[in-house]
Amino acid sequence: MFSKDRWKEIMEVLSSNVLRTVATAFGVGWGIFILIILLAAGKGLENGIRQEFNGVATNTLFMWSEKTSMAYQGLPEGREFSFKLEDVDLIRRNVPGLRIVSPRNSMGRSDGDNVIRGTEGGQYRVFGDYPEIIEQNSIFTSKGRFLNHKDINEKRKVVVIGNGIRKDLYDTDEEVIGTYVKISGINFMVVGIYKEKSSNGGGEDSERQIYMPFTTFSQAYNRADNVGWMAITAEDGKSISQLNKTILKTVKESRKVHPDDERAIGYFDLYEQYNRVESLFGAISFIAYFVGVLVLISGVIGVSNIMLIVIKERTKEIGIRRALGENPWSIKLQILMESIFLTIVSGMVGIIFGSFTIYSINAVLDSVGPVNMFLNPSVSLGVVLIAMGILVIAGLLAGFIPANKAIKIRPIEALRIE
Amino acid sequence: MIEIKDLHKSYKMGSNSLHVLKGINFTAEAGELVAIMGSSGSGKSTLLNILGMLDEADSGDYTLDGVPIKNLNETKAAKYRNKFLGFIFQSFNLINYKSAMENVALPLYYQKIPRKERQERAMKYLEQVGLKEWAHHLPSELSGGQKQRVAIARAMAAEPKVLLADEPTGALDSTTSYEVMDLIQKINDQGNTILVVTHEDDIAHMCKRIIHLKDGVIEKDEKVTQVRASQYV
Repeated sequence: MFSKDRWKEIMEVLSSNVLRTVATAFGVGWGIFILIILLAAGKGLENGIRQEFNGVATNTLFMWSEKTSMAYQGLPEGREFSFKLEDVDLIRRNVPGLRIVSPRNSMGRSDGDNVIRGTEGGQYRVFGDYPEIIEQNSIFTSKGRFLNHKDINEKRKVVVIGNGIRKDLYDTDEEVIGTYVKISGINFMVVGIYKEKSSNGGGEDSERQIYMPFTTFSQAYNRADNVGWMAITAEDGKSISQLNKTILKTVKESRKVHPDDERAIGYFDLYEQYNRVESLFGAISFIAYFVGVLVLISGVIGVSNIMLIVIKERTKEIGIRRALGENPWSIKLQILMESIFLTIVSGMVGIIFGSFTIYSINAVLDSVGPVNMFLNPSVSLGVVLIAMGILVIAGLLAGFIPANKAIKIRPIEALRIE
Repeated sequence: MIEIKDLHKSYKMGSNSLHVLKGINFTAEAGELVAIMGSSGSGKSTLLNILGMLDEADSGDYTLDGVPIKNLNETKAAKYRNKFLGFIFQSFNLINYKSAMENVALPLYYQKIPRKERQERAMKYLEQVGLKEWAHHLPSELSGGQKQRVAIARAMAAEPKVLLADEPTGALDSTTSYEVMDLIQKINDQGNTILVVTHEDDIAHMCKRIIHLKDGVIEKDEKVTQVRASQYV
């Protein structure tokens, strides 16, 4: 099957009409090129969108209190209420399958600068948080340390500031750790600097926030045991979307909210959004395969067509060879191999050109800087292998009909053609 | 070597069928040089095709070197053709993108003989037909007579039991025809069995026996005194 003569013959046949062979090969190469480009574009979109979720615990529910819309247990409708710290423990106890329940408070932007350091100042969001928040947000400590439980227990007056704030309030090579900033009139020591995990996409703004121990925040700004909102992350393998009913029921009960009151508690299910996007990726890659394979099929039909013409041209030759005693299977194999060889070689060219194009796009993307929702378009080795598999099957299919036709020709009829 | 008993063959032409061979009987011994003569439509080509296993008879027996040739599938027919028969065609039927040597080596390739040996044997037969220097030329670079000699070398290469020649001189001028016939006679002298289909009287008389076909039956089967082609060359 892999004898030198067989290959010599294949090369002789394919090179006997170079222009035709190249034109045929182009169809297949083009098909696989389109397939690769489409898949890479889909992957680029996927990477770009995933980037937005990078480092965020996606299995998370955000929940905040609003006004009640139904009277309940003697309490009027339109009542404003707030979650309490005890609700957090209640949720932890009553809802199994949760990994982190973070109560959060924040100070909105006020008029004028709320954060002052020496002569510099700025308006920044300030959060009261538990240490676990670092596992839910896409941030990491780039210098110093993050909040810890000792800070919480001792209500230490420490803060972790974003890298953007460091840029605003400090000189470039100034030591930040251990300095003090005044937040709404109270001095806090800076113990750490955090950065966003994702390299692009709104990094600047989200690096201009301040994390403070929850307990310190409550005491310093008179929040008593009120909780502004909660970020609740389920354990891996459990869906927060399924747990949120139980969570809502638990809080409604403890906050004396009517069980059917849909508007009293607002929430945002990040997991649901994430899943929606995930299924979008699936759809995109399906479309890429679908379109790519269709284009490829038209190339394959081209190969099949040309093979039929080649058979027609070589009818007499096939007749001679059979008269000389060539096994029909050998002829069939020969034609199949010609077809597969042509398909694979042209497919490889398509893959190479596709890869080169993707490489160029990446180079351009790198030089112009990050583009929204599009990052590092690429195809994995797996995709290339799948493409090769498709090519082999395509080549087989393309050669099958012509090969069968070739061995159906009876040698006597083949020889009669002058 | 060849034994044929009551061979019939008819072709269907639309609604009516054409009875081409109407009971042919003959035997050819090893080493014979037989001419099959007849006008066009006499059935001589059909007979040769059946002898060459390119076509199958409707009824009758055909035994080649003691092997009954009957109900062959294509794979088996190909194997028998390769082993028993060498073909020489009127239009040479060389493969035009292969050199003379490769053409001669082709039947050996189908016997899965290693490349080196194949080439050596091909060269040997090319030498026999006097075309050693032309071994690496393509058929398009050869004259008609040279092409036919390559074809003869190819037919000989597999060392078949029988050579079948279908109008081997039909496309050649008379001088070249005699050269080819001279070669065929020499091959016959070495003891090979050869059947030549021809409609030319002088070519037929260069064989040792002439079978006259007419309307699908053997009209006459005669031994003749062989005219040596070498005297005209």
